[in-house]
Amino acid sequence: MSGARHARPKAIIRFRGALLQVIALTLASFVIVPLVYGVLGGFKDTSQLSTNAFGLPDPWVPENYTDILASDTFWRQLWNSTFIALATTILVVAASALAAFVLARFSFRGRELLFTLFATGLMFPFAVAILPLFVLLRMFGLLDNPLGVILPQVAFGLPMTIIILRGFFRSIPIEIEEAAIIDGCSPFGFFWRILLPMARPALATVSVLAIVSSWNNFMLPLVVFNDPNLWTLPLGVQQFQGQYSSETAKVLAYVVLAMIPALGFYAVAERQLISGLTAGAIKG
Amino acid sequence: MNAIRPRSRRARLRGSLTILAFILPALALFCMLVLTPIIVGFYTSLFKWNGLGGLPRDFVGLDNYTRLFADPVFYGDLWHTVVLVVLSLVIQLPLALGIALLLNQRLRGRAFYRVVFFAPYVLSEAITAVLFMLILSPSVGLANQILGIVGLDGLEWFADQSTVLLSLFLVITWKYFGLHMILYLTGRQAIPREIIEAAQIDGGNAWQVFRRVTLPLLGPTIRISIFLSVIGTIQLFDLVWIITEGGPSHASETLAVTMYQFGFKRFQVGYASAISVVMFLLSLVFALGYQRYVMRRDLEGATTVLREQR
Repeated sequence: MSGARHARPKAIIRFRGALLQVIALTLASFVIVPLVYGVLGGFKDTSQLSTNAFGLPDPWVPENYTDILASDTFWRQLWNSTFIALATTILVVAASALAAFVLARFSFRGRELLFTLFATGLMFPFAVAILPLFVLLRMFGLLDNPLGVILPQVAFGLPMTIIILRGFFRSIPIEIEEAAIIDGCSPFGFFWRILLPMARPALATVSVLAIVSSWNNFMLPLVVFNDPNLWTLPLGVQQFQGQYSSETAKVLAYVVLAMIPALGFYAVAERQLISGLTAGAIKG
Repeated sequence: MNAIRPRSRRARLRGSLTILAFILPALALFCMLVLTPIIVGFYTSLFKWNGLGGLPRDFVGLDNYTRLFADPVFYGDLWHTVVLVVLSLVIQLPLALGIALLLNQRLRGRAFYRVVFFAPYVLSEAITAVLFMLILSPSVGLANQILGIVGLDGLEWFADQSTVLLSLFLVITWKYFGLHMILYLTGRQAIPREIIEAAQIDGGNAWQVFRRVTLPLLGPTIRISIFLSVIGTIQLFDLVWIITEGGPSHASETLAVTMYQFGFKRFQVGYASAISVVMFLLSLVFALGYQRYVMRRDLEGATTVLREQR
């Protein structure tokens, strides 16, 4: 049997490789073509888009891009998105790390109940809570305030972050903790000086997850921010589309520029993002 | 004995305080911004309320729910959810599985393909939505120009009641298949090579090895991916709201879109809360039922692991 496999002619193996390659390329083109269309379309004017959809721009019209880059709207939205994503990430990772530490390494009555409480948070879709959340935020006076987006994002990010970090904290051997205690470490000292530095890969993973989900959030900023000066990129893209709906090329340019930070971040943090998503899915 | 006891009590107190201090920030935020809204939602769904002023006063009992269950738009929402779930299970997830298995082969440029297929998942829904509004635009869009070459132009995509849902599904697939592909790929790579090789040596052909060995071993991953897909579809909002706002004439409306329309555009907060509650119960019943009947075996494994660690 295995002799027959080895005897398989080289030509068939080569043909199979080529076939797989063709399939993969075809599928990849479905992802790549829309993106390339966006980038090139941004360099055309709108009439070129209907007369010359496939070719290179002729002539190249860089104004679509340069106009956007010269206005402060785009940069302000970029800054708002960045600020909200960073603040969300710092807070959710800090609060989750503290809680996960206790849930992983202390034994006390009600611990599993508390953990289950956080874990059930995974089952509440965000869209379900948005309306009463809006009512509450208005009561607290947090509408048109970055905190009105940051704090709910932190709260809804807790379950996944706690689950991943707790799993990691549990995997650190008890002997290390005992050694630290014998050397006179307080619980917080152990947490701060030993556990957190050891957990750096897990912290990177959950941070990347938090940044991406904050960066892409649309619904919450949509209901919380009335003031255009506070808008994040997703809101800005939608609004720009509404304002220039007849100037397709301009909108494409805006979409492409808004894409660049996310794709750049993906290029840098691909490994953490993927390990976070798979860990989250398998443990959640 | 007497000398020790107060100290140990104090030590225990200090221990509890430490635990409390560590867990309090997370617990407070979680209770205030995740649990409270769910309770508030249940409460306001029993009132006729425009959302303004202080607390709602006009108690109407279950009227919002009877109104909801008599509304054809609500049944439309449910139907669209079912259609999108079925399409995902029948087309999107098998496609993702196929691609994952393809990328598990010896294939030149494998790492490149993985990065490409996963890239759409990183883009925000807003960007994806606007990009596809332009690509699938009936007049100037790229899709119709390509289809025009083979004489298939004139599709109305999001503007036609009969095609809008399929067009949305196309966008959903473009955006999310990469996530499922990555999950399957990770699951596939966790299968020890010896098991596959043993099956091949026993004389299984490629299909038999896939059907009898790979697929069953991917079971837990597939069940998780179905779970994520269904929960995601129940709360689908961003893409639909940006592209169609639920139209034309409610043909692509989802529960979340209806809720947003009533809650934030028409100021019928009581009624919109009832929709939120129904979405919540739907997710909850699905999650519990799914875990009870479908993921039972997977979770049993997990709890024994937990118990061992304790």
